[in-house]
Amino acid sequence: MTAAVLFENVSRHFGAVKAVDAVDLEIAAGEFFAMLGPSGSGKTTCLRLMAGFEQPTGGHIEIFGETAEGVPPYRRSVNTVFQDYALFPHLSILDNVAYGLMVKGIGKDERRKAAEDALAMVKLPGYGQRRPGQLSGGQRQRVALARALVNKPKVLLLDEPLGALDLKLREQMQEELKSLQKSLGITFVFVTHDQGEALSMADRIAVFNDGKIQQLGTPEDIYKRPQTRFVADFVGSSNVLSSATCARLGVPAKAASLRPEAIAIGTSWAEQLSLPGTVTARSFLGATNRVSVDCAGEKIIVASPAAMPVPDIGAEVQLAFSRNDLHLMEEA
Amino acid sequence: MRSDRSASAPLGLKIAAIGGLLFLHIPILLIFLYAFTTEEKSYQFPPPGLTLQWFAVTWNRPDVWAALTLSVKVATIATAIALVLGTLCAAAVSQTRFFGRETISLLVILPIALPGIITGIALRSAFSMADIPFSFWTIVLGHATFCIVVVYNNAVARFRRVSGSLIEASMDLGADGFQTFRHIILPNIGTALLAGGMLAFALSFDEVIVTTFTGGQQSTLPIWMLEELIRPRQRPVTNVVAMVVMLVTFLPILAAYYLTRDGDQIAGAGK
Repeated sequence: MTAAVLFENVSRHFGAVKAVDAVDLEIAAGEFFAMLGPSGSGKTTCLRLMAGFEQPTGGHIEIFGETAEGVPPYRRSVNTVFQDYALFPHLSILDNVAYGLMVKGIGKDERRKAAEDALAMVKLPGYGQRRPGQLSGGQRQRVALARALVNKPKVLLLDEPLGALDLKLREQMQEELKSLQKSLGITFVFVTHDQGEALSMADRIAVFNDGKIQQLGTPEDIYKRPQTRFVADFVGSSNVLSSATCARLGVPAKAASLRPEAIAIGTSWAEQLSLPGTVTARSFLGATNRVSVDCAGEKIIVASPAAMPVPDIGAEVQLAFSRNDLHLMEEA
Repeated sequence: MRSDRSASAPLGLKIAAIGGLLFLHIPILLIFLYAFTTEEKSYQFPPPGLTLQWFAVTWNRPDVWAALTLSVKVATIATAIALVLGTLCAAAVSQTRFFGRETISLLVILPIALPGIITGIALRSAFSMADIPFSFWTIVLGHATFCIVVVYNNAVARFRRVSGSLIEASMDLGADGFQTFRHIILPNIGTALLAGGMLAFALSFDEVIVTTFTGGQQSTLPIWMLEELIRPRQRPVTNVVAMVVMLVTFLPILAAYYLTRDGDQIAGAGK
């Protein structure tokens, strides 16, 4: 089966800055794919390479089997939802949504109908006569989505689509985006710096840093089995145990990651590993208590369920966790 | 003693404000007044009598019409040149980043900061060195130098408000460069261009200094006025012309002000 998006050794250098550096990537058709990374990691440049706003300085890009380099944005069967939505302020909502059809020369009645259908799909029926300035952030986001989807793109690119929304709206849009993607069957590629968003929405995630893909896998893979310290750090705040601590546990490794929620305080069964330590700080986070424990110079964060008693600062405790939750890493 | 703390300004301030307004506007009102005087040789005060005859006299003077036509032609063509070049310049400076961008921006604005006499002398010597005879077209070129600045300044301010992502969004949705210009850029900068064009027209219409240096035998309207003042002959005709010119240039400037005040709401409402 042809890949929706294929990157072969793709680079985009701006002078000495390697925004994207020799990236290989294959996104399957119908996939919900996330590119996750801090700002400046190259994820947005990758998206712009797919959209055609940037041209690669090296390598080869294919979109559904067709060579993409050198093809301008207006001849690609991809559409983008921009971070600032980029709605045309001088056009009504309906004309915004119908814009893509208008420039393709589709008749007024037909494009009006299609635009109204698209607005209904994003749950904004009857908003066509308003102006972008009269809508809230969440509504503008839906319009941007409708404006892109009305063109029936093969790939939909979303640049930090939920970044400007408040928490409640963001969670709601996450669900809607996901169900929309499932029902339309269009390949979605979205860029985010929010690991929670990537984990909850994506079928697969590529974690970017310094213009390179650090790890590519399912959300579970990325979360539970980070391959590098960067991934362990960035995707949730995993503990990364040093080789010395690993040795104390009887596990020979250069480094190992350990999820804060995989650790229990105080009780250890026979088959579990345990580490003694001193509580140095604690804070209440609602569902959990975040407890910092000093284990022979190594700081380990424990996410302890709020129902469990919390030890006082200075208390000597035993940390217990399963060997299976300790994920060994290749690099230190 | 001030027991009354109402919103009213102190008397001294009121007098100063009224004085300032009178200082600014009495000379203009005098021009209006002497357009109606019955005395044609000198401006004696008060005018011995009032008449409307000078309007008819002005209407029948071919030299007034010749000067007016020339001024309108020059201003129109200079504005047209400025609209094209100024917009292109603004587009280049605001949409892309390149080495020396700020310098170019400064160089474009410079002609309006330079005293007109310098621009005039520079153009005059350039034209004579290039053996270009002074004519209608040299006046147009002279005027275009500062008209470009006005258009550029208006356009560049608006271009900055048209975010780059709007243009990318248009391309993304399938519009090529021309369609993007027509459907997205033009409606968003249209009012700025109209305002810039009107200001440019008004500037060109009453320009004296550059015209003196770049013109040949032709008299644009302001130059004609200057000549009229030197040799008095039916003096109030000049006042009539001045009054008409003021009304005609005032309206576009007022319109330009309203157009640029809130461009977001009115920019390109039609299609």
